[in-house]
Amino acid sequence: MTKSPIIEIAHVDKWYGDFHALKDVSLSVAEGERIVIAGPSGSGKSTLIRCINRLEAHDKGRIAVDGIELTEDLKRIDEVRREVGMVFQQFNLFPHMTVLENCTLAPIWVRKQPQEEAEATAMRFLERVRIPEQALKYPGQLSGGQQQRVAIARALCMNPKIMLFDEPTSALDPEMIKEVLDVMVGLANDGMTMICVTHEMGFAREVADRVVFMDQGEIVEEAPPAEFFTSPKSERTKAFLAQILRG
Amino acid sequence: MVTTSIKWLRRNLFSNWWNTGLTVLVLYVLWSAVPPFIDWAFVSAVWHGEGRAACLGPGKGACWPFVYANLDQFIYGRYPAELRWRVNVAFLLGLAGLVPMLIPRVPAKFWNLGYLVIAWPMIAIVLISGDRPGLIGVDTDLWGGLLVTLIVAITGIVASFPLGVLLALGRRSEMPVIRSLSTIFIEFWRGVPLITVLFMASVMLPLFLPREIHLDNLLRCLVGVALFSSAYMAEVVRGGLQAVPRGQIEAARALGLSYWQTMGLVVLPQALRHVIPGIVNTFIGLFKDTTLVLIVGLFDFLGQVRVQLSDMHWSTPQGAATGYVFAAFVYWVFCFGMSRYSAFMERRLNKGMVR
Repeated sequence: MTKSPIIEIAHVDKWYGDFHALKDVSLSVAEGERIVIAGPSGSGKSTLIRCINRLEAHDKGRIAVDGIELTEDLKRIDEVRREVGMVFQQFNLFPHMTVLENCTLAPIWVRKQPQEEAEATAMRFLERVRIPEQALKYPGQLSGGQQQRVAIARALCMNPKIMLFDEPTSALDPEMIKEVLDVMVGLANDGMTMICVTHEMGFAREVADRVVFMDQGEIVEEAPPAEFFTSPKSERTKAFLAQILRG
Repeated sequence: MVTTSIKWLRRNLFSNWWNTGLTVLVLYVLWSAVPPFIDWAFVSAVWHGEGRAACLGPGKGACWPFVYANLDQFIYGRYPAELRWRVNVAFLLGLAGLVPMLIPRVPAKFWNLGYLVIAWPMIAIVLISGDRPGLIGVDTDLWGGLLVTLIVAITGIVASFPLGVLLALGRRSEMPVIRSLSTIFIEFWRGVPLITVLFMASVMLPLFLPREIHLDNLLRCLVGVALFSSAYMAEVVRGGLQAVPRGQIEAARALGLSYWQTMGLVVLPQALRHVIPGIVNTFIGLFKDTTLVLIVGLFDFLGQVRVQLSDMHWSTPQGAATGYVFAAFVYWVFCFGMSRYSAFMERRLNKGMVR
């Protein structure tokens, strides 16, 4: 790969009080690359991807997204956030708006799109996540899997260059996980740059270009999935895989 | 039918000795309070007549002629009779803005609100004060009655809501200076009684201001009431803000919405919904607290009722009770109206949104 990295994370540290959440983390992601971040809970995976759109501020090191370095500067942060879509574990749809309004809010207010255009785009993405018929319902009327698909559509409506997924299936009932993963696989096949924190190792095997394993705030190992699953190098990775693949 | 009601009675009111005892006690209290009141207010009440002579005499109840004879004073105070049409016009213009605002189906809420909180107050002030060439000026000393009550209440409500929202946001801000200023402001105004605020506004403030600056007494009270109630409003709104999950803010920020867009489009619409009862509660409290302006020499509705009570022409044993019952009834109508409207809004807003 000779493409220049679209995300560059270099020697990043982060503390919550005395707790050292990220320890000298470096990771670079090329355009179109699909990264899965795995690791036990509390290992800093979520913190790391939340630093990429600065929902959390890093304390040391350098993070640059699409050439824009993240600093205190609010204008730059907003620029980065416009290019980076995010999907959360708890969906975080806006409960007082319909599905369609959820999807058009940011395009209208941030991208200043006319309403009709934003609605047309939103319908296109709702079709893509296969729930156009729910457009006029409120999130509370949908199942968890449907809500998460709306959340993906909402992020896509901003036409982001990068999508971040923070344990998108962890809050779902087992029978709904597949419908969300299918949408994500589709997105990956279309060439979207994706960073995905997940415990879905099947998904990692199928779509990831690289699997990054984190433990106790550090990146312990990163490797293509074939290598990662068959011949992990570190003991911690082996222990983790033994646990997660048994279940 | 009869047997089911007897069953209902037995199950709900006479299920055991304790409940039977309570039922009997409540019936006794009702029996000793309600019929005498009805007798006083309607049966033995005097409905027609002129002057105290009509209401004097043994066994006579409420003196209603006192109320209609003084109705104009109750509403306008000492506002000159030939200029009262200006107050009426201002009132009707306000009603014309308020009624469509309250009915959800009527469109153009944005312009309607603009008229109601910006254009109308300016028109109303000019009309009522007459402070323009070509109009006869009416000094605020002459304003009184329901007019003053409504002016104080509406100003308090219209000013305290946006101020309270800003203070609540300020108190939750990540910027330390804004956060501490908002906290100090809120805690100061919540910590002092409204009476003290009014006294300070009316008695102390002129001592600190240079002699040339003359601030109207009513205006000073309005500012005091607005700041006082905004502190209460801020705490109610803050309660609502705390009920909105952190993930909502994160999702909005991750989409690129600015702080004000996040608050205005995502957080506040949810937060305010949670606290409609608290907001209306504050409005009702404010409406009733307007009676306190009496102690700084302003004659609001209740004050005006008291003024008319001391009129020799109407001084009768039942006059005071009649006046106060009437005043209580008027306050109750306003407050009950607000309460019912808030219940209606809550039901309406909760219809679509299921969590």
